[in-house]
Amino acid sequence: MSSIEQVIGFSVVVFFTILVIVFSTKSIRNRFPASFRKIEAINRLKRAIGMAVEDGSCLHISLGSAQLTDPSNASALVGLSTLHRVGQLTSTSDLPPICTSGSGSLLILSQDALKRISVDTNTQAFYDPNHTSMAGATPFSYAVGTMESIVDRGVNGNVLIGNFGTEAGLLCETLDKARVSITGSDSITAQSIFYAATQDTLIGEELYALPAYLAANPTHQASLRVEDVFRVAIGSALIAGSVLKVLGIL
Amino acid sequence: MKSPLAMIVAVLTGLIVLLGYFIPNPVLSRIRTPLLDWAVILSGVAGLVAIIHLIFGVHWEKVKKQGMQQWFSLVVVVVFLVTLIAGLFLEPTNPGYQKVVTYIQTPIESSLLAILAITLSFSSLKLLQRQRNWMGIVFFVTVIIFLILNSGLLSFTDQIPILRDVLSGLQMIPTAGARGILLGVALGSLATGIRILIGSDRPYNN
Repeated sequence: MSSIEQVIGFSVVVFFTILVIVFSTKSIRNRFPASFRKIEAINRLKRAIGMAVEDGSCLHISLGSAQLTDPSNASALVGLSTLHRVGQLTSTSDLPPICTSGSGSLLILSQDALKRISVDTNTQAFYDPNHTSMAGATPFSYAVGTMESIVDRGVNGNVLIGNFGTEAGLLCETLDKARVSITGSDSITAQSIFYAATQDTLIGEELYALPAYLAANPTHQASLRVEDVFRVAIGSALIAGSVLKVLGIL
Repeated sequence: MKSPLAMIVAVLTGLIVLLGYFIPNPVLSRIRTPLLDWAVILSGVAGLVAIIHLIFGVHWEKVKKQGMQQWFSLVVVVVFLVTLIAGLFLEPTNPGYQKVVTYIQTPIESSLLAILAITLSFSSLKLLQRQRNWMGIVFFVTVIIFLILNSGLLSFTDQIPILRDVLSGLQMIPTAGARGILLGVALGSLATGIRILIGSDRPYNN
């Protein structure tokens, strides 16, 4: 990485952080209330959460097989935020959500998330560390183990958020049996498989918007706004660059 | 229960690693390298914990229950123990040990890949049933067009100047689309990282 790239990268991170903090403040939130565009997949998930509470059915969240030391872990962290929020929303249900993952670090973090929810909502009696598991150590064994968990526990709603590869195709086979299944991944391969094989797929940045749509906390909504600001800026820069290139100026 | 110490350690560690990435400073580098090494070691230990949980927390519990699943889980537990003991005695680098493990694992994963190929073909056929909207139609038509383009059926167009340029331009469209999606993914990843760095998201804090 050249020194100019380092300066640009560092400036982007600092500017992004400042904007997230500014947009999280109460005064900005009150002055410019958030308005979300409709994402049908997320609306269906909200309905599934409501139904899970009413009929005591089980929701399943799968976090993919990214390692925390990989650059692809951000999507799994979004999955963890979603698990935390879904766990909070279903805390009045008889069955807490179950969670599967394909890496050890995600197993420990998901157990931690469910335990934290049980403490926050005073439902420690329902907490069971076996509600989370590492379904398999390799991508395919993870897919097969997750399929088994879905069938065994009579899951009624699935949320697959994280880093997946081609094994996503195997997982999709079992998703049809559930009332609702939301899928999203940072991998282009998995996104196209999910789009072809499931009904509700989150494409691109929609995946990262999920916690904000579930009203997790003000910072989620703020970061969504900052993403929009940056997207417009980057898009404009790309268009301007193309025009200048065509005109022979660049 | 929420520990401020855990948050302080996580935020400080994240900042040091991030600064070390952007600012080439020998002091930062000396702190950053062992921190990353510790993360890798902890990740390995977490993997070990997860495997023990999978065998003795999940499958051993299933062995105790009645039904067909009991026998599958028993096979998993026995095979795990045999592999573990053999690995401890022979060491994982032993060619005989590697051969046995590879010759069992590779055919199983290959057969899963074969099932996957059939599953995906079937899903493609059902695509328009699931996605009855204009995006679904665009996706389906695009798949067909690029299957034809990449199959080599149109290789004769290399000799026709205008058609060759048009098809070459068409081949750029998936790359442009993927870049658009990856741009959104990159911004989302950045936002997730920053939320953890400022202590707003705490996936670690019990």
